[in-house]
Amino acid sequence: MQDMKMEDIHGEFREYVLTYYDGSSRKVLVTDVESPYPEGRLIVSRTDPEGIITHVNQSFIDMSGYSREELIGAPHYILRHPDMPPVAFKDLWDTLARGEKWQGIVKNLRRDGGFYWVKATVISNIRNGKVVGYTSVRRKPSRQRVAECERLYPTLF
Amino acid sequence: MTTHVFTVSPDFTPDHLSGWFIFNTWLQKTLDAHFHLQLYDDFHSQRAATLADKIDLIYANPFDAPMLVREKGFKPLARFASVTDEAIIAVNAESPYLKVEDLKPGVKLATTEDPDVHMMGMIMLEPADLDTSTVEIIECDSYVLVAKQLIKQTADAGIFLVEAFEDLSSVIRRQLRILVRSQIQVVHHSLMIGPHIMEYREKLLDALLTMQDSEKGRGVLEALGCPKWEYVDDEEMEFMIDLMDTLML
Repeated sequence: MQDMKMEDIHGEFREYVLTYYDGSSRKVLVTDVESPYPEGRLIVSRTDPEGIITHVNQSFIDMSGYSREELIGAPHYILRHPDMPPVAFKDLWDTLARGEKWQGIVKNLRRDGGFYWVKATVISNIRNGKVVGYTSVRRKPSRQRVAECERLYPTLF
Repeated sequence: MTTHVFTVSPDFTPDHLSGWFIFNTWLQKTLDAHFHLQLYDDFHSQRAATLADKIDLIYANPFDAPMLVREKGFKPLARFASVTDEAIIAVNAESPYLKVEDLKPGVKLATTEDPDVHMMGMIMLEPADLDTSTVEIIECDSYVLVAKQLIKQTADAGIFLVEAFEDLSSVIRRQLRILVRSQIQVVHHSLMIGPHIMEYREKLLDALLTMQDSEKGRGVLEALGCPKWEYVDDEEMEFMIDLMDTLML
């Protein structure tokens, strides 16, 4: 996946290099600008079993800042924010592997370097007994839960 | 001739009650089969009938879709075109609550038995850290009664189906204020066919999707308040069920 570009970033930024579970790396540029969660909406995406995005709704596009064309076919970790501890995503995959739903508070990275917090729920899409993909639905989290995660997540690296 | 049982989600608007009887007559003529329209007073008794395999055709609330498809072998047919289920959280216009986060644990919440609307409403209360354990639920038999609870200030907030809120008289609506309105766009009622009459699936689907082409069909659609029927394929239904599944946690 391509590195983030300076010309796309709004505001002062910090630079990180993230290494993902598949061994690939990406330079990400991060600002302190938070986008508020859109009232009354759900942010929905689906991936194939390898975590490649196959469907996004308009709210996903609006909040991520990417176009639909940029998102479809991209790995879901395009949203990975460096403040999210890798252990959270390990827990996600371990939970799904047990056939259970995963839920957690997640800080997502936008194309412009900003971020937004979500309460995410992920489930396996099972058809004829086989996992054919995953659906992730995000809703507005409470600020209290976000504040708890802002304190907790830095301790999990 | 065997009589099959057709039922409608108990949250249909009273204005369309006769429409469902007209639809049932159309159904019998179209399929040349006997259908009895069985209406239930509440979701609980309708679910019990479904679980006891007493239902053959259902215009189902999305909340019941997981059970119908994954446990009872129902298949989707069609939905009202461009109609989705959305919820509103409203308060008394004079109340101090200006946003959902102003509602605090212990608030009195007026709601109906309508399961998908109630679920969407509860999701919109989550940003205030409210759930069924931190609100006092006042269950009402209709959305008009939810509105009355707010106007009398015996409830702090109420959950409405958007259409039901918009159908309230202007006098009532002026006394209420919307805090948040959902824009989920993928949750909808669907007509679903049971495993025992699956032989009618294609014939019924063809007839539903061309209903608007005849004068008689248009009359039935008008009585239902349905612009036209739109096909729901198995994967679209599975997607909605997966989505509902994420919301039930």
